[in-house]
Amino acid sequence: MRTSISGRVFDLFIVAFSGLFGLICFVPFLYVVAASFTAPEELLRKGFVLFPHSFSLDGYRYIFSTPTITRSLVVTIALAAIGTLINLLFTVLMAYPLARSDLFGRRPLMLMIVFTLIFSGGMIPNYLVVKSLHLLDSYWSLVLPGLINAFNLIVLKNFFQQLPDGLEESARIDGCTDFGVLFRIVLPLSGSALATFGLFYAVGHWNTFFNAILYLNDADKWPIQVWLRQIIILSQAGIGDASSFDDSFVVPPPAIIKMAVIVISTVPILLIYPFLQKHFAKGVLLGSVKG
Amino acid sequence: MLLPGVAFFIVFKYVPMWGVLISFQNYQPFLGFGGSDWVGLKHFDRFFSEPAFWTLFRNTFLLAVYNLIFFFPLPIVLALMLNEIRLQAYKRVIQTIIYIPHFVSWVVVVGIAYLFFTTEGGLVNEWLASVGLEKISFLLSADWFRTFITGQVIWKDTGWGTIIFLAALAGVDPQLYEAAKMDGANRLRQLWHITLPAVRSTIVILLILRLGHFLDTGFEQIFLNMNAMNREVAEVFDTYVYSVGIQSGQFSYSTAVGLFKSVVGLVLVVAANRLAKRFGEEGVY
Repeated sequence: MRTSISGRVFDLFIVAFSGLFGLICFVPFLYVVAASFTAPEELLRKGFVLFPHSFSLDGYRYIFSTPTITRSLVVTIALAAIGTLINLLFTVLMAYPLARSDLFGRRPLMLMIVFTLIFSGGMIPNYLVVKSLHLLDSYWSLVLPGLINAFNLIVLKNFFQQLPDGLEESARIDGCTDFGVLFRIVLPLSGSALATFGLFYAVGHWNTFFNAILYLNDADKWPIQVWLRQIIILSQAGIGDASSFDDSFVVPPPAIIKMAVIVISTVPILLIYPFLQKHFAKGVLLGSVKG
Repeated sequence: MLLPGVAFFIVFKYVPMWGVLISFQNYQPFLGFGGSDWVGLKHFDRFFSEPAFWTLFRNTFLLAVYNLIFFFPLPIVLALMLNEIRLQAYKRVIQTIIYIPHFVSWVVVVGIAYLFFTTEGGLVNEWLASVGLEKISFLLSADWFRTFITGQVIWKDTGWGTIIFLAALAGVDPQLYEAAKMDGANRLRQLWHITLPAVRSTIVILLILRLGHFLDTGFEQIFLNMNAMNREVAEVFDTYVYSVGIQSGQFSYSTAVGLFKSVVGLVLVVAANRLAKRFGEEGVY
């Protein structure tokens, strides 16, 4: 295509603007990661470091010396892994029958699900339900109230609907049961949908903060995000135990500790994202097509 | 196969909806739902006559309006720009980067904002000081609160918001552009006559959904940014429900506040959907 002067200016402008926005999104992370690995003296002297000269792992050594953070990290990893599997299993088990046109009562069921998207009982009734089920201070309180995300369910149902009917029929003729069809035919074809919703659920569990504050009084059970708030926003010092180090170890300044906590509470979830990115564009696209 | 899912929706979605009835009771935890007295609209009367009501209403409303004016159009603009970028590799890199902030928690977003904006060694204030300006107490100031909140939302979710528009744009038939070019349309004309109509229904649907959640100001974000110095402008319906309900145990009163919010949301969705249909769009349902 031949481009005019105004067309070039237009191109230049959009490239510059989107690039600038990309930098604004990215540089804060780069700074936090870089600063967390910088020796305290260098960070104090320069203030802003993107490529540190002197490396130091003091922030991380300090954090991992504390049983608190280590334990909450284990809790969060387990929650994200086990919770996500449970979420996916239950979402699939409900989405598949809803995708079948021969299901009795499909319309009222769908209406019942859609209604929960626009009206809810609110925080206090939810809290009272969790409380009356004796789930307070139990990890189940972080999994069960969000077991099935209604939006994910609807999108997954639409995804199942557009799989060809012939596959199911032939499997059924070969003597497959409903569960057989789902687990042996449908799910193996649903890789990208499962990856997308798996990622969404996993991110939700990894980042869970408010439910933990609401339902867990026992600080020993807190996931990482709650500790992150204590350390960064409430500036709660003294999480660590420097006595376990040799005498030469000086407790690093709070800024370094804060940066290091941000990194360990962010990086694991960001590491799985690039592997799944190509799938979720497709997954979200499905959601935009109404069915 | 359906049973576990249906049980979930009943126990965790519909039982709480029924539970809002405690806002017409003096709910006592040890008496339970069945044993507590019915008091009619007492809690609603109390709420509407309290000065707190207007403060909450103004704070919630203003944050929602800021969000609608400053945040809502940005993903559309950015998606239109990305769509015009011809260099595919560049476009992909930008896309990958701008989605990232969506995946970090609000605690991290607020935490990073604190590190940058604090008066004690925060980068922005250090810079202000180094060019001879006065430090600004962003975090503890009521004046900056709304700007700060909206800025965080823009940073976290603008990139993510482009996905759905880019998906809609990917579905546009390239022949339309060819035809427009033949007719002598320049790129702005093509944008106006082909690209924008292609995303119009997506914009309408997202606008309806947003109106339905108009009063949901993002509880976690507000909760994390709120402190003693900015409480006057920061307190919104959700944080108020949390503090009078969970922290001071006034279950019935705070449920009434929450119910008021949910009902307003429901009315807004229905109204917006009607409006969309009147303008010839499909609507959400």
